[in-house]
This record gives sequence, structure tokens and C-alpha cells, in this order.
Amino acid sequence: MKQDQPATDCKLDQMSQDLLGKPIARSEGLAKVTGTAPYAAEYPVDNCLEGVLVTAPFARGTVTDIDTQACLAMDGVVAVVEDERMTARAAQGTAGEAPVQQPRTVCYWGQPIALVVAETFEQARDAAKHLVISFDADDLDDVAFDPNAVDPENKESTSQGDLTRAMNEASSNVDARLTTSGHASAAMEPHAAIAEWDGSKLTVYASLQMLNYNIAELADAVDLEEDDVRLISRYVGGGFGSKLGISEETVAAAIAAMQLERPVRVVMSRQQVFQCIMRRSETTQRLRLASGDDGALTGFGHYALVSNLPGEEFAEPVLQSSQFLYAGENRLLEMDVARVHRMTAGSVRAPGEAVGMPALEVAMDMLAEEAGVDPVELRLRNIPENHPVEGTPFSSHKLAECLKQGAEAFNWDSGKRKPRHTKDGEWWIGTGMASAARVHNVSEAKARVTLKADGTAMVETDMTDIGTGTYTILGQVAGEMLGLPRDKVLVELGDTQFPRGSGSGGSWGAASVGSAVFVACQALRKKLAERAGVSEDELSLKDGAISGGTSLVDLLDGKDLAEEGHYEPGDIDEDFVAAGFGAYFAQVRVNRFTGETRVERMTGAFGFGRVLNEKTARSQCIGGMTWSIGVALTEALHFDPVDGHLVNCDLAEYHVPVHRDVPDLDVIMVEERDPAASPIQAKGIGELGMCGGAAAIANAIYNACGARVMDFPMTPDRVLAAMPYD
Amino acid sequence: MRPFQYARPDSLDHATQLTAPEDTMAIAGGTNLIDLMKLQVETPQELIDINRLTMGEIADTDDGGLRIGALATNTATAAHDRVRSDYPLLARAILAGATQQLRNKATTGGNLCQRTRCYYFTNIDQPCNKRDPGSGCGAIKGIARLHAILGTSNHCIATYPGDMAVAMAALDAQVLITREGEKERTVPVRDFHRLPGDTPEKDNVLEAGEIITGVTLPAPVEGKQIYRKVRERSSYAFALVSVAAVVAMTDGRISRANLAFGGIAHKPWHDPRLSELLVGETPSAAVFDKAADLLLEDAQGYGENDFKIPLTRRALAATLADATGVEL
Ligand SMILES: Cc1cc2nc3c(=O)[nH]c(=O)nc-3n(C[C@H](O)[C@H](O)[C@H](O)COP(=O)(O)OP(=O)(O)OC[C@H]3O[C@@H](n4cnc5c(N)ncnc54)[C@H](O)[C@@H]3O)c2cc1C
Ligand code: SF4
Repeated sequence: MKQDQPATDCKLDQMSQDLLGKPIARSEGLAKVTGTAPYAAEYPVDNCLEGVLVTAPFARGTVTDIDTQACLAMDGVVAVVEDERMTARAAQGTAGEAPVQQPRTVCYWGQPIALVVAETFEQARDAAKHLVISFDADDLDDVAFDPNAVDPENKESTSQGDLTRAMNEASSNVDARLTTSGHASAAMEPHAAIAEWDGSKLTVYASLQMLNYNIAELADAVDLEEDDVRLISRYVGGGFGSKLGISEETVAAAIAAMQLERPVRVVMSRQQVFQCIMRRSETTQRLRLASGDDGALTGFGHYALVSNLPGEEFAEPVLQSSQFLYAGENRLLEMDVARVHRMTAGSVRAPGEAVGMPALEVAMDMLAEEAGVDPVELRLRNIPENHPVEGTPFSSHKLAECLKQGAEAFNWDSGKRKPRHTKDGEWWIGTGMASAARVHNVSEAKARVTLKADGTAMVETDMTDIGTGTYTILGQVAGEMLGLPRDKVLVELGDTQFPRGSGSGGSWGAASVGSAVFVACQALRKKLAERAGVSEDELSLKDGAISGGTSLVDLLDGKDLAEEGHYEPGDIDEDFVAAGFGAYFAQVRVNRFTGETRVERMTGAFGFGRVLNEKTARSQCIGGMTWSIGVALTEALHFDPVDGHLVNCDLAEYHVPVHRDVPDLDVIMVEERDPAASPIQAKGIGELGMCGGAAAIANAIYNACGARVMDFPMTPDRVLAAMPYD
Repeated sequence: MRPFQYARPDSLDHATQLTAPEDTMAIAGGTNLIDLMKLQVETPQELIDINRLTMGEIADTDDGGLRIGALATNTATAAHDRVRSDYPLLARAILAGATQQLRNKATTGGNLCQRTRCYYFTNIDQPCNKRDPGSGCGAIKGIARLHAILGTSNHCIATYPGDMAVAMAALDAQVLITREGEKERTVPVRDFHRLPGDTPEKDNVLEAGEIITGVTLPAPVEGKQIYRKVRERSSYAFALVSVAAVVAMTDGRISRANLAFGGIAHKPWHDPRLSELLVGETPSAAVFDKAADLLLEDAQGYGENDFKIPLTRRALAATLADATGVEL
């Protein structure tokens, strides 16, 4: 099914199982907390060798020689694999082809160049340190590391009207420069793969988000046909973008297994994960906002400088939501990319909005103050009717509702907008808010649904569940459509032997593959209706039977019935702009002496279309808001200015928020159905939770203590430096 | 990790014999040492597991103080009744460190000997005089956010990263040390760690083959005890700056001010001049400022860590204000 029209009447609303949307706990949860759900490195594979990657201790240059002699002489060492097909970078999300190979050409500090394989992990790890590598490293003075010190390339530019004039003629304006630090995905499960080769077919257990693309990437890298490759990724211990494309360990394991004709496991160390997997680019942004007396925007400018390695297409899409979030006749949106030798920049947790929205929303807060308009009111006054440049209508737009419901739940006090209104001992207390916005994405997806002769159902797709609840919600969609309780639906994911799903990324999984399951179930319902001699509209299924009549088992008559659902996005995105919207409200305490900031409470109100499972949806929002706290206060990659290596490359020194940093988070899911977003009227959730939340915290810091910090994260030193002295 | 031999002696005598040769290391909780061995920062030939020794007890001393065994876990120490009632500063400092899981394993001896968190020290592909004497210091021109502002040298600007020892320095605790064939010697915690000078490879005064058997705290003294740890993340993060204080007031004047600082030097920083300056003064913002001037007289930042100078000043003022009841 190709969606070209809004799905206004959705079958899901006519069903009777009453399963969809219910707050059901994750079906694989028990297996995960009892340690019985195998992650990539944990599959029991006999006779398995262990590989450890060797990485380059220099930023740019060429490996001229690898002397394997000493290393091969060590106990247990089986081989040193150095093959030009090994990959030197991680593949970008949805690449569908091998990333840069030729590992001897080094482009960043820590780039994998070879694999040492031994009988045990300890042997391999020690031997890896004994590999003698000769290299020609380029003079450090000639290698660019600092994005602000190179001439950038222009990446995108849209303009309308005359921003400069609008700024000059405005009754209020803001011209602000903000920066955000680089981020790591920081998933708990390190990148790992076990590869098996039987002489003609390659099977790889890996930790990946998008098998539907990864299979092509791996096949391309190792010169095999897709049909000869099988990828298995049943459980993924977090991805956050870092497992969208295949990484170096998967290809290295595959090549080693093929060369050595024994299974090979490669697990990256935590440091390697940080040093060679995708980073989010740091950004330098300039926001120019012009408004009339009433705060209505007349000019909107957003510039961003991001960075990446030479040759990488990806550029952190900082301006994504700025394109359509607010009105303003005169617009200028521009982005540049600086080419620097840090590891590949790619998709990390809500690429674009995660850093673009916080900057924009701090500028909006400044404008609210300039114009003397309450920040919530300022946003309400600037919600555009249609896309401000293209004029396309929104499919559904819940920003206003989110702002209002969030403000009410949070008890937003528009009277306390002057900083330093509340002191509690050592602490300043203040509040701030920000809008949330994230483009909605969908992707082609297939899923097979089989009604078993015993009256249960099975859903199969190579879609992954990266901890978000995909297993659970797909069972809910199928159960709702087929009149089955959740425990009668078995969901099998993460194996390329199943039909191609959409992959988990860009928050598109639930809407895309959920729609594929929905389409398959519709086809099944048609067949069942025929058998029952009713029209499909009349077919009411509940608890394994036609309501008050024949059971499914009888209808199936001893035979399985299977249908494959195929969902394609279609042209509808030309007719509508679809996006998730929301609003954040935060209360913080800022220490008057030390500048330490603690979030006291936070409310997020979000509209993302149909809620498929109230519990997993809420968890997604909570996760996103937690990342917002990280962006706001703690997360930053630090690169050495001399040789460009990443210095804080573990979870002790790269600071994601810990429990104590995260107060009870209040989540409001605003009722919404978006018929143009997907056939099941759902939109993406996960990333929306972090698209602007950091600004609510930043604005609260300002409101609390008067420190208008322009650099994320707002660590104590930065807050102190900006805090008016008393 | 390099392959290594492993021994698990049952007696202190045997343990001190085994740790006597170079290239041996004692292992207690392993929470620091194993991480560093995995990174090949530490490469002992032989590990002497001291966990079978009976050094875990916490007991009263004859002079009214407390002796904390080298193998007492941080969790046990922080939860000990007398620590909580008489030395709350120590309990708070320990609880401000690491995580519950780490503290369950971490021991008194291991905590004292934990190594710096300097990023360059833990990356064996970077120069570091502490790890590899003579190779240079990567941090001085690099990311020195965590680094020291007092007592640094051209060779090393690393900090001692821990919390427990900072509290012990304020409490004027003594470290008990023993070695093969010799009787226990005592070193004040304040002198246990050293400044880097031109031998940054030596963190402290322990000689090869020496084992810490415990720490003694003197009898408790009057005064308010405070441990303030400044950090961007509220748990599971090392101190940017920390202040340990035992401060007493008599008739509106400061009668005791035992202060130590973490996160700013290669050792828990104790400057005896501060006590001299503060005792006898009526507490005020101006007095606190004077104390900070003295403390930071020779402070030097390395770019990334310049902020520690004003931060230390403010953390000190806040701590003294808290201890003396002065409104700032
Ligand atoms: C992620 C992380 C965060 C942390 N955060 C903090 C923090 O915020 N604050 C803080 O203070 N600490 C923190 N720590 C450090 C922690 O406190 C230390 O790792 C711990 O105290 C070390 O104790 P251990 O018994 O495990 O020592 P081990 O790892 O066993 O040993 C450490 C060193 O001490 C030596 N040693 C051990 N016992 C003796 C002895 N009896 N005699 C002589 N030498 C001995 C060993 O040879 C080794 O060199 C953190 C650690 C980690 C991993
Ligand atoms: S500061 Fe000390 S520990 Fe860090 S790199 Fe320099 S010498 Fe090594």
C-alpha cells in the first residue's frame, strides 16, 4: 500500500479488541532483566575466535607497514587480518552501501586499521597492543581539527524577503550566537558482532538498527550477494543513531570469519565505541529574530556551522524544524560544513533538532524578554497557518494545545519573568519553557502476519527493537486488527530472513512498520470475512472469535493463513508537512556560589499522533527529556587541540545524566490523530522528547539567576562566568 | 591487559613478602586497578590479592579515635555508626564519590591509592610523564579541564581525584603502612600524597613492597563538619573542586578551621596558613575572601581549568558561610 491520501477513517478505530494504546509492559522485558535475551556478543557459537581491532594513534596519514611477526608469535594468536575491504568509518544511516574502506588511509585518530584474532579475548587484546605499525603521519599543522578555524563549505541556503531590513525595522530583535558541543550516542551495549561463514553463506549476529539497509552495506563491503548474507539483531542494547549503519566491527568479523573459516567475534571496547563510531557534530549557530510590538515575527534567521570528515555527505540537519516552526516573512536559513579530522559525524539522537531547537528556543526566550511578551504567548502568536515558505498545509498541528496543556499542568507563572525572583538559601530558583518540534519521517516497510491454525498469530519482519517497545506495539496492532489478546500474538524481529522492515531510526519505526502490519492484517481480515460470509466492514473479531460466533480456529480449519503487508510512504509528503510538536517546562535550581544547576521538575506535552502503547510512548518521552537534560547540562565530547583525538571516551568521563540528575518527569500526551502521517495515524515519538528541552532548562537558568549562557552544556563554570556577580 | 601471575596470601607477612619485588601490585577491590590493567596503563607481572587478609575491621582506638582497616569497604565505612556520628564529614565525602556499586567494592587502601583520571594518563597512545616518565605531558597543552591549579610542575598537572582522602586530610588522619620485616610506620594523610615535581610517576610516599594496613582518625573534635563537592553531574562524577571543613566557633569567632581541598592539586590540598588566618576572626565575606586570596596566591590555570580558581574561591566562601552561619 502506497499512501497518497490522508487515512481519515482508520480501521483501527472500528476494532473491538481494545488492545491498541493500552499501557502494556514490554513483552521482552522479563527476558532482558533476567539476562536471557541475547545481545549480539552473547550468542552461543561453538569454536568462536575473538578479534580485537587495532586503531591508528594519529589523525591523518598512511599506514605504510604492519609487522605481524611478533604478534603472530604470541600465545593463542591465530591471525592478523588486514584487508582493504575492512571499513574505516561507520556507514551513515540508510546508506545501503559500504562506507569508506581502505583502512590504511587514516582520516581520524582512532580509526581501525587491522584486526588481531586469537583463541581468547585476553590473548587478542594483549596481542593487539603488540602489533607493530609503521606509518607516515601528516604534519599536525596541516591537519584541520577546529571547525571554527577552517573555511567551511556551504551546505544549504534558503532565503525569502530581506532579513537584514526586517532586523533593522523591527521593534524588537535578537541577534544571538550559540554553540552546542559534540555528542556521543552513548548506548549501553557496545558495538559487537559474531560472524559465521559456511563456505557460501555468511551469518552475522550484530547490534544494528536497520537490517534492511545493513544487509546491503555488509554485502557490498565483503563482495557478496545480499542473498548470501543473513543478519540477526534480535535485541539491541540501545542505538541512538550509532547503529543505523554498519560499523567497523561487523565488517572486520565477517572478513575474518571468511578468511579463517571459523566463527569470529569482535566487540569494540568502550573507548573504541567512542573513538570510531559516529559523533554528533558540534555546532556554532547564529539566530536572528525580528518582531513587531506584539512579538509577531517579521524576520527569522538561523545560521549553523557544523563539521564532518572530508567526503561525508551527512551534515547535522540543524535547521530542519526552523524551516517551518515559526512564521516570519523575511527568512534566511543557511548552513555550512567545516571539514575536520575528527571521527565521522552522523546521526545521533534526534539529529538536527536536538541541537538546533535548543539554540532557537533560547533566542525565542530572549525575544520574549525584548518584546515584553510572555514566552508561551510568544510561541502561540507565531504558529504559522501553513509552511511559512512553501505554503503547504500541516497534516495536523498540536503545538498550541501542547503549549496550553503543558503550561497549565506545570502551573506556568507568566508574572515571574524577571530573573532572580526566588532565592532559597544557596539556590536561585527559576522556570523556563521551550517548544518542541521534530519532522515526521516514514519509510517503506514490509511485515508478514500469519494466522496459525491454533488461533494464534505471528508477526515477522526484520525490523529491530532497540529497546523502544517495537515487539510490544506490533503485537498490539496485530492483536487489535485480528481480535487477539496480546499474548496470542508472537512477534519475531531482527532477522533478515523475515520481510524487510523499515529499521529503527529517525523515530519512524512504529509508524512505518506498524503500518505494514496493519496492511497485512487488513488482507487477512478480508480473507476471514470471505470465509465467514460477511463483508470486511462487518467482521468484528474479539478474543479469537467472530463476536458471538465462530472461532478463528474453526475459520482457519487446520491451516495457517499468511499475508505480507507492504507499506510505502507515497506522495503525501508533497501535500502536507507532517511533524511532531510539543512544549517543555522546567524548573531549576542554580547554586549561587558554584553555578551548579539541578533540574527540579520538568513537564513535557507532546502531540505525535496516535498513541500505540501509552506506557512505551511515555517511556520514549521520558528518555527524550532525559537526553534534553544531558544536552543542557552535562554532555560534551572534548577533542585534543593538538592531535584531534577524543579525550573523554568512556561513560565515566562523558557525562550522560544519572538518576540523580533526573527528577520525576511529567509527560502529557496530547490527543491527536494524524491521517496524513501514516495509515495508522501515528507519528514518530522518541526523538521529539529531546528537540528543544535543553532550552527550557537554559531559559530556566536565566530566569533563576540571570546568567544567559550561550553555550551548551551549561556546566558550572559557564554558568558562573555568565552569572551577574553579587 | 598483559598476562600476569596471581597470588592470594592468607597472612600480612606473606603478603608483604610477595609485594616486595618490583612489578608486583596489591589488588583490593580492583575497581581502579583492573580498569587500568585493561587499558594497559598498569602492567604488573604479579597481582597480590590482599582480600583474604583481616584488614577490614573498623574499631575504636585507645585515644578515642577510630581505626579503619585498609580493606574496609567504602560502603561499610560510610555506614559505620561512629563514622556517621563523630566524623560525618568522612561519611559524606565517601558517599559523594563514585556509585553504590563501586563503593561496595572500593576499599580504604585502594581509595587512597587510586590514580589520577587525567585523560592522557589513561590513553597509552598519548604522552604522559606519570605513566611513561620522560614522554611528555599531553594535558598541559591539551584538555586540562580536570587538572590542578596548585602545586603543579612542568612535568605533570594531574590531580588526585578522590574524595575520601580529602575528608581524611581535614580530619588529620594517619595512614598506617607496613612492609616485609619492618614494623608499621605512620604517615599523616596530609603527607601521604606528594606533589608531582619531576617525578610525577610517584603518586604518594608508598615504597615498593609497602602495604597500607589502615587509617586512624584522631579523637573527634568540636565543630561543624562539611563536605562540599562541586560537579556538573550530581552523582558518578569526580569533583571539579571539593572542600572538606571542620569549623568551630567560640563567642562569635572562629576557633577552629581545618580545611582541605580536592580536585585542585596532585594531593588533597591542605594549607596550614588558612587555619592560622581564620582562627580568631569574626567570620565575614571579607575574611573568607582573605582566606581565598591566601589559598590561591600561587594558583595557576592551564586554560581549560582556569575556572577552578574562581570556583575554589566561591566554594570556600560557601563552605565557610555554611559552617559559621554567615549569610552571604
Ligand atoms: C567510574 C568511577 C567513578 C569513580 N568516582 C569516584 C569519585 O567520585 N570519588 C572517589 O573518591 N573515587 C571515585 N572512584 C574511584 C574509587 O573510589 C576507587 O576506584 C576505589 O576507591 C579504589 O579502591 P579499590 O579497593 O577498588 O582499589 P584497587 O583498584 O584494588 O587498587 C587501587 C590501587 O591501590 C593499591 N592498593 C589497594 N589496596 C592497597 C593496600 N592495602 N596497600 C597498598 N596499596 C593498595 C593497588 O595496588 C592499586 O594501585 C571512581 C571509580 C570509578 C571506576
Ligand atoms: S598531567 Fe600528569 S598524568 Fe596527565 S598527561 Fe600530564 S603527566 Fe600525565
